[in-house]
Amino acid sequence: MSDYRIQGATGDWEVVIGLEIHAQVTSNAKLFSGASTEFGAEPNSQVSLVDAAMPGMLPTINGECVRQAVRTGLAIGAEINKYSVFDRKNYFYADLPQGYQISQFKHPIVGHGTVTVDLESGGTKEIGVERIHLEQDAGKSMHDQHPQYTYVDLNRSGVALMEIVSDPDMRSPEEAGAYVTKIRTILRYIGSCDGNMEQGSMRADVNVSVRRVGDPLGTRCEIKNVNSVRFVRQAVEIEARRQVDIIEDGGTIDQETRLFDPVKAETRSMRSKEEAHDYRYFPDPDLLPLEFDDAFIEAARDSLPELPDAKKARFMEALGLNDYNASVLVAEQVSAAYFETLVTAVAKATGKSEADVAVKASNWLTCDLFGALNKAGISITETPVSAEQGAGLLALIEDGTISGRIAKDVFEIMFETGKDAADIVEEKGLKQVSDTGAIDAIIDEIIAANPGQLAQYRAGKDKLIGFFVGQVMKATQGQANPGVVNKLLKPKLDG
Amino acid sequence: MSNIDRATVAKIARLARIKIEDDKLEPLAGELNNIIGWVEQLSEVNTDNIEPMASVVDAKLRWRDDKVTDGNKAESVLKNAPNAEYGFFAVPKVIE
Repeated sequence: MSDYRIQGATGDWEVVIGLEIHAQVTSNAKLFSGASTEFGAEPNSQVSLVDAAMPGMLPTINGECVRQAVRTGLAIGAEINKYSVFDRKNYFYADLPQGYQISQFKHPIVGHGTVTVDLESGGTKEIGVERIHLEQDAGKSMHDQHPQYTYVDLNRSGVALMEIVSDPDMRSPEEAGAYVTKIRTILRYIGSCDGNMEQGSMRADVNVSVRRVGDPLGTRCEIKNVNSVRFVRQAVEIEARRQVDIIEDGGTIDQETRLFDPVKAETRSMRSKEEAHDYRYFPDPDLLPLEFDDAFIEAARDSLPELPDAKKARFMEALGLNDYNASVLVAEQVSAAYFETLVTAVAKATGKSEADVAVKASNWLTCDLFGALNKAGISITETPVSAEQGAGLLALIEDGTISGRIAKDVFEIMFETGKDAADIVEEKGLKQVSDTGAIDAIIDEIIAANPGQLAQYRAGKDKLIGFFVGQVMKATQGQANPGVVNKLLKPKLDG
Repeated sequence: MSNIDRATVAKIARLARIKIEDDKLEPLAGELNNIIGWVEQLSEVNTDNIEPMASVVDAKLRWRDDKVTDGNKAESVLKNAPNAEYGFFAVPKVIE
């Protein structure tokens, strides 16, 4: 259980959060028409007469959108409803030419499922998903282009959305953010939505209420269209605070729709109360019930890749990664894919098993490569060092050709130039010296040159061994194998 | 039995954006009550354990392939619009 509390003047309050995530289904054509879904086209160029709601036009469902909704349901272990119904949700707005949105009300395509989210404390929490249904997106209104007019573009009108409705299971801004992150990760893994929140292909309506711990649920407010994980967290925090202040001042919360303004760090009411919504849902008479068989569901199931939770468990159990590294690597499918290519290539180059090289590979990837990518402000898809090249570097450390310290320098050059590790080591003469004869000779020179330190060492200051190791490394420009140096040095110092 | 009053008629008219004069509300309420009362005779039939019927003919929902087959007709789409500018519908400003 979360122990996140809002501290009010009269005591602690608990926040209760439920989320409705709208995820644009990855498809070429719209949910009920053959118009394109591509982003960024000329206004109204991707609009069929169905999307424009011309009289007599009839909707025909896009099978791919159905398949993607089923895959999404299966990915969260949800019940799949072989029989579902499209309803009309009626409301009046300029970017909704039909005067209703085709949605699913009573009989959604996907029933109850569960998502496991990772928390910063290292623990996990199960969040229920009440349902997923298919519905149409609306057009886009632009209010700032003309002093008297709102401009309406219907390109988005009719694009398929999945509305993913959670149970009110979240109790802190962190949990809400972690849930959105996890849903996005799952959608990206299975490819049913690109999860791009900046372009609006995934957005969240955040329901927030507050209560005394143990009390029944309070009245909730819905914060519409929050479009980043960070904003979800901020919106929850700010809205919960607002509600606590009102209740403690003796007021009551009105159930309403609000807007989050990240610049002013506030939420504010969106609609006047007079416009209280009355959607008058009824089954769409233009559409028969949506039905499919078990074979359709099984084919959808067979098309699913390994999901993030399963992948994480495998990384931990079969490859010995710790929880943190495994979580970081599975969060994005490209990172996980990079890691798997890396491990396979290192194992192949060194003749060791994948389990033997995986932990070092994960450390190098999450610290060195991710660190460098972060610093350069680029994503892993743009990495100048490929997984094969990374494996080349790790193999050189593994077989003793270079030391871990030299590897850091080599990696820096790789990251800048995109060259292979072996070539850099060759060009710059960075090979680690493991030749005992050569190191032996250097050690003798160093000992001879530092009689004072030797005497102190022999008098009991055995920490001075560090000084000698340092001198040897310096003399070899860091290329001596530290293991060999230590092994040879100690008996000589001890006399 | 349903009972549609003046206020309900006014509310439905507003939701549908249909302008109805005040003196028409009462007569409309009467007409709507008659219609609903007539339809409600159906509730005399026992429909326990009977699935709702979606269609009178034996038909299944038709599916389409995920192919782009339509679009590129902004001119037709905008043809009946009272006002259009730069390829957009131009409507009275709908934000405060």
